[in-house]
Amino acid sequence: MATQHSRLAARFMVAPSVGFLFVWMIVPLVTTVYFSFLVYNLLHPERQGWAGFDNYYYFLTDRAFLTAVWHSVALVVGVLCITVVGGILLALLLNLPFWGQGVVRVLVIAPFFVMPTVSALVWKNMFMNPVNGMFAHIAKGLGLQPYDFLGHAPMLSIIGIVSWEWLPFATLILLTALQSLDSEQQEAAEMDGANWMNRFIYLTLPHLTRAITVVILIQTIFLLSIYAEIAVTTGGGPASTTITYLVAQQSLYGNDVGGASAGGIVAVILANIVAVFVMRMIGKNLDA
Amino acid sequence: MGQITLNAVRKCFGEVDVIPSIDLRIEDGEFVVFVGPSGCGKSTLLRLIAGLEDVTSGGITIDGTDATELPPAKRGLAMVFQSYALYPHMSVRKNIAFPLKMAGMTPEQQEAKVQSAAKVLNLTNYLDRRPGQLSGGQRQRVAIGRAIVREPKAFLFDEPLSNLDAALRVNMRQEITELHQSLKTTMIYVTHDQVEAMTMADKIVVLNAGRIEQVGSPLTLYEHPANTFVAGFIGSPKMNLITGIEAEKLGATTIGVRPEHLDIVDSGGWSGVVGLSEHLGSDTFLKVGTKEVGTINVRAGGGITLRHGDAVRLAPRPGKVHRFGSDGKALS
Amino acid sequence: MARKSSTPAKVVVTAAAWGIGFLIFFPILWTILMSFHTEGDAIKSPFEMLTSPWNFDSYAEVQTRSNYSLHFFNSVVISVGSTLLALVIAIPAAWAMAFVPGKRTKDLLMWMLSTKMMPAVGVLIPMYLGFKNMGLLDTRTGLVGVMTLINLPIVVWMLYTYFKEIPGEILEAARMDGASLRSEILYVLTPMALPGIASTLLLNVILAWNEAFWTLQLTTHDAAPLTQFIASYSSPEGLFYAKLSAASTMAIAPILILGWFSQKQLVRGLTFGAVK
Repeated sequence: MATQHSRLAARFMVAPSVGFLFVWMIVPLVTTVYFSFLVYNLLHPERQGWAGFDNYYYFLTDRAFLTAVWHSVALVVGVLCITVVGGILLALLLNLPFWGQGVVRVLVIAPFFVMPTVSALVWKNMFMNPVNGMFAHIAKGLGLQPYDFLGHAPMLSIIGIVSWEWLPFATLILLTALQSLDSEQQEAAEMDGANWMNRFIYLTLPHLTRAITVVILIQTIFLLSIYAEIAVTTGGGPASTTITYLVAQQSLYGNDVGGASAGGIVAVILANIVAVFVMRMIGKNLDA
Repeated sequence: MGQITLNAVRKCFGEVDVIPSIDLRIEDGEFVVFVGPSGCGKSTLLRLIAGLEDVTSGGITIDGTDATELPPAKRGLAMVFQSYALYPHMSVRKNIAFPLKMAGMTPEQQEAKVQSAAKVLNLTNYLDRRPGQLSGGQRQRVAIGRAIVREPKAFLFDEPLSNLDAALRVNMRQEITELHQSLKTTMIYVTHDQVEAMTMADKIVVLNAGRIEQVGSPLTLYEHPANTFVAGFIGSPKMNLITGIEAEKLGATTIGVRPEHLDIVDSGGWSGVVGLSEHLGSDTFLKVGTKEVGTINVRAGGGITLRHGDAVRLAPRPGKVHRFGSDGKALS
Repeated sequence: MARKSSTPAKVVVTAAAWGIGFLIFFPILWTILMSFHTEGDAIKSPFEMLTSPWNFDSYAEVQTRSNYSLHFFNSVVISVGSTLLALVIAIPAAWAMAFVPGKRTKDLLMWMLSTKMMPAVGVLIPMYLGFKNMGLLDTRTGLVGVMTLINLPIVVWMLYTYFKEIPGEILEAARMDGASLRSEILYVLTPMALPGIASTLLLNVILAWNEAFWTLQLTTHDAAPLTQFIASYSSPEGLFYAKLSAASTMAIAPILILGWFSQKQLVRGLTFGAVK
């Protein structure tokens, strides 16, 4: 519903955003693709030429790659399970009437606003440190041997830290969805003789489906690119390197630009597989 | 001045031909009402005149100059929207002054014009309020105020009363009519309510599916509907349109008799049984199931005491029967 | 819920909710508490630490030993600067998409979002090399640029969902009143959408403030925001818990406060309007 004038104007108005984003996306991406097919090592500038798929071959067959994939999957799935289940329970609780709802909401949402480097360092030092951390103090108080969380179970510890960061997000979104639940529908179901469990399974859960999908998809995007938490806590190490971290390490500290680029493209492809689902879901929602 | 001509105006939205082709001439100072069922293209036509939509083909001239390509701001028209479209973040004063500010008037000039408009519209005490603090009728007046300060060549109204309650609607209807009488500016008014059309218009344009069915004064449309569509659309309660043997007896495919032109008679006419009777005091509306012509509506006097189930005989008043041919057009 | 609950039930729920809320908030609370003690007391057992004398020494030390104010300033410049820049670019685009939608508007929005989903590591090398060649490494200018582009899709999306709620008739009225496109956006759309624009600003400042990939990769010292500054504590020398706590408290305090104001918009912004 518009005139030629406004349609022309609209095109001019959209142009800067589209232009900037296009350049931002395409130029580096194409460069990375280009590098990924090159023999390009900073230590051996004399060796140059096309590498074909060699860089991909080496990256994909590297044992570090498979471990990193496994760690990425563990991180994403672990955090998702904890935050979704915890988020549903917490949202159900916070949706009940109680005194001081506003304050508790604020307490629960707070971790989301803490910058990743801070949360990682706080957990690493003040809580998980085997000598001076809170958990060590508690263990000692109970007469137990303190456990070196990051030393012995780095992936689990990182999953714990990241879950703490993302639980508020899941809770907040699920709580928002719960609050839009039709209370008359609930009352009708109660009149029809449905008990609490039935109402949760047949009314509440279906109502939350969309919110849960959103939480899963959006968190996945962010979780795949987790970087600071690993860098700060364990600094990588074979037991806690994810795909993102592996590629970032190779890019910055390795000298094999070609190999790291191939790794980057692999990461892009993996993320895109997830992104397709996210886009579909949001796209469906766009006209609604 | 405010003479508007549409020449073969056509509008498509994608594949859909909303307005196939319309020719219309609106004289300076006329109060023209576009009326028709929803989706007939009347609002689109108004938006084409306003310049909020492009015509697909054809031309629009305003006071003899071609306005087809002009943006809305340059056409010198003012519009009152269905939702009033007031600026919620501005006071009433600023709302009314907005077009003047856009025209680059000084604050003193703006204030003088706002004051005089507010006086005409009884808004003087509300100038510092926000639209959100006003009643529906007051918002309507602000929207009109914003239109009149521009001293436009013509006013365009897009179903301006549809958001008001019934009592207020009658009041505003009269106010707009009075405004037209004092300003003598061309007004184009879109409505789906044929009562508004009949009471306000100098000239009614009946639209259906993007086509003009008939153009004429309210009484012309009432007395001489050009086709069955206009016959059925204008008048309340609706004209009875009757097909079959009774129509053929008069040499027509369809005959139309208005409910107020059916007389209750002792003998002859059509015999039937009262299905529903509504006693309004001044009038009595009857729904009568007849053998000859099916169910028909009757508007009888207030003193009629007929009830559900009573037998009745009805006869159309001579000279008040409209005859239509097989193409739906009126037969002379 | 219009339902009334019995007082005992409410007491139980209140206790549970406050308990869990406290547990979740505890790490932040503990950090804040620790920042008011000396290094020596900070590594003692929790009870001993709480009963040890309170002071502001750690804050003073953080200020003198490192250039805290520089990093704070960098964080402000980068997060606010990039968000404002993104708003300036995004407002016209969101206007166009919300009020002059075409067949491809939806695709365009989805495409913008997809740029957000591209993993940063995929483009790290060319970005790093490009920054190096242009002398943008460790500069605020460079980082503002990157953060603007990172925020841009979310800013466009959020503004789009807010603008969509404004009836188009009001903008048409402005057009009929003789407003040019510039006046229409400046005097009518922007003031009407001000609450939405403010939420967008707030959420994106928070996101940019906490962004910890590009800020860590593209800065070292001069342009380093607080994320990088805090990360430098990951391999410390000597006792540092209290100083880390003080620095962390200062780094998160402003954003916690902003964040609490923006909780409601957060849901909408981060789910791109999918959950309201």
